This record gives sequence, C-alpha cells and structure tokens, in this order.
Amino acid sequence: MIEERFDAIVVGAGPSGNAAAYTMAMAGLKVLQLERGEYPGSKNVQGAILYADALEHIIPDFRDDAPLERHVVEQRMWTMSDTSHVGMHYRSEDFNEERPNRYTIIRAQFDKWFSRKARDAGVVLLCETTVTELIRGTGGKIIGVRTDRDGGMAFADVVILGEGVNGLVGQRSGLRPEIAPENVALAVKEMHFLPREVIDSRFNLKGNEGVVIEAMGTITAGMTGTGFLYTNEESISIGIGCLVSDFAESGRTPYGLLEAFKNHPSIKPLLADSECKEYAAHLIPEGGYNAIPELFGDGWLIIGDAGQFVNAVHREGSNLAMTTGRIAGETVVWLKRRHDAMTKANLAEYKRRLDASFVMKDLKKYKRIPAFLHANKQVFGLYPRLLNAAAQTWFRVDGTDKLSKEKAILKSFRDGRSLSGLIGDAFKLARSWR
Amino acid sequence: MTSMVEAGPSGPKVEDKLFQNRYLVDPGRPHIKVRPHERPSKALLALTHTCPAGCYNLNDKGQIEVTVDGCIECGTCRIVTAKTGEIEWNYPRGGFGVLFKFG
Repeated sequence: MIEERFDAIVVGAGPSGNAAAYTMAMAGLKVLQLERGEYPGSKNVQGAILYADALEHIIPDFRDDAPLERHVVEQRMWTMSDTSHVGMHYRSEDFNEERPNRYTIIRAQFDKWFSRKARDAGVVLLCETTVTELIRGTGGKIIGVRTDRDGGMAFADVVILGEGVNGLVGQRSGLRPEIAPENVALAVKEMHFLPREVIDSRFNLKGNEGVVIEAMGTITAGMTGTGFLYTNEESISIGIGCLVSDFAESGRTPYGLLEAFKNHPSIKPLLADSECKEYAAHLIPEGGYNAIPELFGDGWLIIGDAGQFVNAVHREGSNLAMTTGRIAGETVVWLKRRHDAMTKANLAEYKRRLDASFVMKDLKKYKRIPAFLHANKQVFGLYPRLLNAAAQTWFRVDGTDKLSKEKAILKSFRDGRSLSGLIGDAFKLARSWR
Repeated sequence: MTSMVEAGPSGPKVEDKLFQNRYLVDPGRPHIKVRPHERPSKALLALTHTCPAGCYNLNDKGQIEVTVDGCIECGTCRIVTAKTGEIEWNYPRGGFGVLFKFG
C-alpha cells in the first residue's frame, strides 16, 4: 500500500485520532492515519459539545477557523415526568467571553476541519481504508496494520488505536476485551433544522449564544439513560440514550423512545415546524474507570472511546478523547526524541501522564457511579415522578394549607421509597460520588 | 429500504427516519450476517427491537433475518450477541455504508 515506514500509524480520524496525529506531525514525526469513512467524520456521531480547553491545548487559535455553531451560555438540567419537568438552569453573561468555554458543533464538519489541520501539519491520511488487523513482529510487538485496501499493509514503530467505541481491531487482536452491554449506552439522535432567529427567540438567545438541555426521568422508561437537546446555529440536535443491556431487556425501540421524548410537552414546542434531516445512532462507553482496558503494550496505545474515556456523570467525552490523543502523541514524540524504543515499558509513560491528568482523576473519582446508576433504576423513574409531583403540590394553589402540603410531599416520598430506602439511596449516592 | 420493523401499530416507523440518511450500499456484500440457527436466543431476538435502524426481523419460520441497507453501524447488535456469537459483524468495506452529513 505505502512502502515507506512511518514513525506512527493512527487508526481513526475522530477527535482522539486527529489529536494524536496532529500532535506527532507538528513535532516532525512521519504519521500515517487511516479512516474507514469517505471523509473524516462520515462515520462519527456526537451530541455535540466541544470543550475549548482540551482543543486549546492542541490548537490554541482554533477559534479562527474551526466550524463552531454556538457558544454555550445556558445549561438546563431537567428531571422529567410524563407531563412536566423540574429544571435547574444556569445562565451566565460570564459565558459571553472572548474565549468561550463550550461550543455546540456538528461533528461531520468539525472532524473534517480537525483532519485538515492534521494534514496541513504533514499527516498522511488515507480515507475509505478499513484496518482489518494488526501485524505482529517477532516477540509479539505490533509493527503495523493490514487494511482492506487491496490487503495492503503499512508499518510503523507504534500503532495508536483511536478506532472508537465500536472498534474491532483492538478486540480482534486481543488487546482489549469485548464491551459488556451494561458498560455501553446506545444513543439515537436527530438533526432538526429551523431558521436561526426562530432558535434565538425560542431559547432567548442573541448572537451566537447557545443552550444545552440535559434531561433525565421517565423519558427513558425506567432504563438507565438520559436525553439531550443542543442548539446549533440553524439546527437543534435532539437525542436520547440508554444502556444497551436495558434496551435489550426492555422491549423498547430506541426510535420509539426518541419519538416519545420529542413529543414530551416540555420539548415539543421547541422543535415545532422543524425539518429533520438526519437520524443517527452511536454507542457511548459508560463503564467508566473500571471498564478501561489495558492502554499500552509493545508497539501500541489506545486513545479516546476505544479506551472507554467518557465521563458519564458530566457528559464529557470528546475532551477526554482529544486529551488522551494529545497525551499519546506527546508520549510518542518524547520517546522518539530520546531514541527510546516503543516497548511496553517505555510506553507506560502514556499511562503515567494520563494518571496525572484530569482524565484519570475524574474517571477515578466517579468509578462507583456506573454501577450505582445501573443498579438503582429508581433514580430514573421513581424519583423524577416524586419530584415532579412534589413540585406540583407545592406550586398549585388550591386552598390546602402549606403544612398539609409539606406533609403530603414527605409522605409521598416515604410511601414511594420508604424511609430506609431514601436514606440508603442518599448514602449510596454520596459514597459513589466521592 | 426494505422490510423495516415498525415500533407498533401507532409507533413511529423507523424507515421514515432512515429515509433522510445517505448511504453507499455495497451490493451483495452485507457487512452483517446472522449465522444459521434453529431458534434465536433471547439476545438475538432482542435485536428486533434494540437495533436503532430496525434491520432485524423475525421471519415466518421463527428465525431472525438481517437487512443491512439501513444500518447506521452503531455496533449494538454485535455487543448484544457477543456472548451467543449468533451474528458475524464487520465494518462495511472502506468508503461504503452510512455517510453522516452532520453526525
């Protein structure tokens, strides 16, 4: 396929792969990047939120030409029942800053841009090329990849796998185990187009301001999962995701769940008269710290979703992808400059650097959360119902005295979950949160 | 798109959603195959509702069939049946399959 030998091969052109490839090429390394889609982003799906900090560490002036949609000035967290929601909104003028912190993006466009930057830095990118297996040298070290491009092979000192959550190469080569259905969510998403002034007025926005809604509650029909709505410049991304194990058990269809979410009285008016132009689905790693596979070995590193790098609590993933990609790239550059071989012992530096970063610190902090949310479905059904009913009792003025209302609310929680259940849940959550 | 599953009599039709999408179909080379079986396991049966593109159907012999044309390559079916090994899953050849305009 390509006769010359590379310093590094990067599998995948998503946020992690592009970050790794760009970082190494900027340092002068010879990098080959392989992407199975027609163009970078053509197979990639995300909500999507871009976290500026992670990208600034790679391309400080990205705002000059990156395809950004809106910067986020308002975060809404909704706990939903069938007919209502209790919301916590945070909106701040401080987010209207010179270098905004979070943006909504459209991944197919953003990934193309990021990939252009990598190619400008010298990365050799081959699209429409699926890596079929890793090639091992004597002693088992990974020395290259085989592709479906006429069975062509390519060789390098190190192979960096940024092949995504549904990556097959690492698994089939025995580098990482199959993902368990309870450690991964299936999210479905639609892109709904509306004139920008309609979005501005519906969400109380001006200029390039944007809103993010993260929602949980009865919308997931008792399953562990969340819904989201993000405002883009002239479109709204709306989606919902639940654990694959829950979908398989429940008998619910993902598209039926999405349709019900879109028709929720709190959501429906926000989407009115919009035109849907795409329906997508993607897996999201949700297993957290305990599901992270081996990340390095003789001649290989794993980055991004392929390494389960998603903070499920904070809905962060693309920043972890970019950061793990950057750190992997920096590690390879560092070893190269020292003329050190890409052995398992030397590549362990990648893990040491990750451990010192927010990536591992955050995932470690929440390592008990995935199991807690998997085992405590009341968080997604019972509590949202009780909370919404309590809000209605509290706000409806009907001649009932306030003390009786308070008692009725407390009783509803005790009847719904029992006092020991409530205390137990609070304790379990607090312990998982630490 | 042929023979897609409906969510129920009044539910949304997934083919209406997939209609918006762009695909480059690789004729005669389905990237997912259901292995021959007498009776589907619970996991394989679950794909009739779990697949977000409604690619899986129960035929009148009680076996599961897959039509990959609408597949959005999420990998859910692969993970659900990983333990039973009832399907064979590969990526479409480079360049083929779904092409997300927005993602």
